This record gives sequence, C-alpha cells and structure tokens, in this order.
Amino acid sequence: MKNRIPVVLLACGSFNPITNMHLRLFEVARDHLHQTGMYQVIEGIISPVNDNYGKKDLVPSHHRVTMARLALKTSDWIRVDSWESEQAQWMETVKVLRHHQNQLLRSATQMEGLDPGKAPSDRAAAPELKLLCGADVLKSFQTPNLWKDAHIQEIVEKFGLVCVSRAGHDPKRYILSSPILCKYQHNIQLAREPVLNEISATYVRRALGQGQSVKYLLPDAVIAYIKNHGLYMTDNSQKGRSTQGN
Amino acid sequence: MDKVEKTEVVLLACGSFNPITNMHLRLFELAKDYMDGTGKYRVIKGIISPVGDAYKKKGLIPAHHRVIMAELATKTSCWVEVDTWESLQKEWVETVKVLRHHQEKLEAGHYNQQQNSPVQEKPGRKRKWTEQRQNSTQKKPPEPNPKGVPKVKLLCGADMLESFGVPSLWKSEDVTHIVADYGLICVTRAGSNAQKFIYESDVLWQHQGNIHLVTEWISNDISSTKIRRALRRGQSIRYLVPDLVQDYIQKHDLYSTESEDRNLGVTLAPLQRNTGEAES
Repeated sequence: MKNRIPVVLLACGSFNPITNMHLRLFEVARDHLHQTGMYQVIEGIISPVNDNYGKKDLVPSHHRVTMARLALKTSDWIRVDSWESEQAQWMETVKVLRHHQNQLLRSATQMEGLDPGKAPSDRAAAPELKLLCGADVLKSFQTPNLWKDAHIQEIVEKFGLVCVSRAGHDPKRYILSSPILCKYQHNIQLAREPVLNEISATYVRRALGQGQSVKYLLPDAVIAYIKNHGLYMTDNSQKGRSTQGN
Repeated sequence: MDKVEKTEVVLLACGSFNPITNMHLRLFELAKDYMDGTGKYRVIKGIISPVGDAYKKKGLIPAHHRVIMAELATKTSCWVEVDTWESLQKEWVETVKVLRHHQEKLEAGHYNQQQNSPVQEKPGRKRKWTEQRQNSTQKKPPEPNPKGVPKVKLLCGADMLESFGVPSLWKSEDVTHIVADYGLICVTRAGSNAQKFIYESDVLWQHQGNIHLVTEWISNDISSTKIRRALRRGQSIRYLVPDLVQDYIQKHDLYSTESEDRNLGVTLAPLQRNTGEAES
C-alpha cells in the first residue's frame, strides 16, 4: 500500500438531484483504481455546478449542495464541495480542477511545515487529482464548441480521467477517435459498472413530477428533503400526491 | 379520493432474496404505482417471502440471515414487510401454496376485523410511522372493504414469468392456479419479450386479464448473483443494497467462495419433486 499513488476523485455535474448512480460512480472508480495496484483513493469530492450554468430545470445550488450532503452522510470518503457553486459565474471544469489541485498542494505543504524533521524522501507524495466521469462526458468531448481543446488537453495531461462506463457505451471508441485523448490515454482509466444502472436525474425529476415513487433510486434523506421543499413538482403533479407512498 | 369500488390488493414476492437488493425493493414501488394508477386497485401491503432452505438452490445461505436482511431492508418502508412462514417450513413449498396461505390469512383477519370494532387500528410494526404521516388520507386505518377480502397477487420480474417455460420447474396446474385464481404483476424491462411469452402460452393467454405487465423504464439489473460475485471479489456493493443490509453482510461475512458452493450438485427441490412425481 505504501508505494501507491494517493488519488483524489472529483466529480463535476448538476446533481439535480443526486442519485444512487452518481454515488456508484465513486464506488466503482475506487474499486477499479485499487485493483490496478498503483493507486490509493483517499478522497472523493462532489462539486455541484453553478446556477449560472443555465441548464433547464436546475434547482438553486443551495438545494443541490444540501441534497448531496445528505446523500453523503453515510460515506466515510466522499464529501461535497460548494466552492464551484458559490462562484459569481459558471466556470469551466478545468478551472475547478485547478482550484482543488491548489487546495491539495496547500494542505500538503502545510503538513510538511508541521513536520520539518522529515526528510524529503519520506514525504507523502502530493495526491493526484483526477476527474471522475461517466462515459457520456467522454463522448461530450466530441460535441463541437462544448469543450475547448486546450482544456481537454489540460484535463488529460495534467490531471487524468477516470471514466465509468455504462452498458451501451464504448468509451474506447471515443478515445481512439480523438487525437488528444489518444495521446494521453495512459492518463485515462476506464472502469466498468457491472450492473446496468440508468438512474438518470432526468428520469427521477420526471417521476417526481408525475407523483411516482423514487424510493431506492436515491437515498431516503434526499427524498425527504425534496418532499419537504417541494422541489421538482410540476403544477399538475399535486393531483397524484395523495395516493403516493413514501 | 378512495372510491369504494377499488379492489384492495396485497403484493406477494417469493424468491431467494440471497441477498435482497434495491432491485427487489423497486419492484414493489413500481407495481404499487402501476396498480394504484389503474384506478381499479389499491395496494395496501407488500409481502416479501424468502424461500426456505429446502429449496436447495446453489449458494443459498440459511434462511434466518436472508429474513433478517429483508427485514433490515424494509425498515424504512411504510407498506412492505417480511413474512417468515414460507422460510420456516421444513419442506420446500410451492408458490401457489404460499399464495393460498396468505389469502387464507387475509380472509381470517378480515372476518375477525368485521366481528370486532369497525374502526380498529391496524396492528403491526408500521404503526409509528403511520402516525407520523402528514397525509390525512393515508392516516386512516384501513376500513373493512365492503367488496370483500383484499386479493393477494404474485409480484415478479420477467425472469420468473419466463421460468414458467422451464421444464419441470413448475407444475402446469400450479401456473394455471396462479394466473386464474390470484393474478400476476410482472415488472419487465422496456423491450422485453414478456408479451410474446404470454402470447405463446395458452394458459397465460387465456388469463391475460389477470396478468399485469409493468414496464420499468430505467434498467435495473442489480441481481443477487452479481451482488454475491462482487462480494467474493472484494468489490463495493454500496448503493446497490440498503446500507443496513451491507453492514449485516459484512458483520457476518455471509458470502464467500465457500457459501457459493452450498448445495453444489444438489437438485433443486421443485425439479426433484416434479420429476420424481412424473416417474412414479
């Protein structure tokens, strides 16, 4: 274990709302990285996107951050970080990575400062920050004007990518069709979720709007929060509510 | 909201639950939403009935563990509960007999209830939760159904429906009984061939009015087999089973290469019984 490279996984996205599928991404990615024998995952960070992202149906970030926090209450290694959501503007994913990299470097130097007697070789290596994503993100790299090439390059060159694929996606293909991803494919880890898992937040919002049960698709604490704050309720959804169970 | 004409339904799921996963729990939620949505039924309860050890399925761990896990998993549900009757029987029990047992139990309870006070709080473990509910329409104790006793229906996934076609696994008269006298609620994946399967079976076709196909629009493939495999390989099963179930599995180290070899080479009880009877 000692020689393993410490890794921090960062997931960016709407988390509107967070579902069990988002949480599974972390578990599957960590298992995969540990399986390689090269890495030790020490932390996972969920960074809900800023309200100015302008996506349709996006509920205010304080709700999305709170829901993620509730969902992560039972996790001993994943936490939510509200920095991205608190910025005045939407920001590119690469800038969020830079911010967290700086945070990690800062806390690493602080730890060294506390222990000046340590020889440089004994120092714990600064953890590597990697972007955790689903195969859909890898695919979205090909969408014109969605990502800047320079940013894609920085993500795979300076940081690295851990991509968890769902059934039906062929992440290898997306890599091979992109010269940048090809060049840095040693920095791209492909993990596979063994169970089909398609709990998209879009589906969850639709089911909530229709007054249908979403239990066991997201943590109970998140469902209770959604109900208490009347989130994702469309006007005509009220009709079906009285017949709905928990 | 509640119309008098609605038939009250109890959903019964039989299976190994080795271990119970979020997929099993979703079956109940989807079936209830569907049945309530028809306007003709009102689902009042869900029952999970883990199979007894005499079923002799490969890798089946002792029933008391499977029952406890199911109980832990339904702790946060206000309408699904676990019943141990089937798991406590010495011999394996045909599903149709489990259905009959629960229907008879409901009938007995129904007539007792009518004899006693008409507005009797339903006894049971979910009482506390019921009292906390904000929704006034559900707070009321279940009133005696003027139309009669609630109906038990078998809840299953598409795999069980298709298992009706496996030779000697089911007695054909049992299948007839299930669909004719009780009814089936089958949760299937979008694009599955459940419809075709019903079409190709004369018995199922004849009673299709008693078979409800519920489409599950998001794939949910959290099979117990995959859970056990992940556990053997030291992989995370978090968020695939309820946290309490995961904790219990870890605490008792339930699934290993050794446990997977339980009943290895032993013939499944229904196959033993059905082929034995055919030969004699």
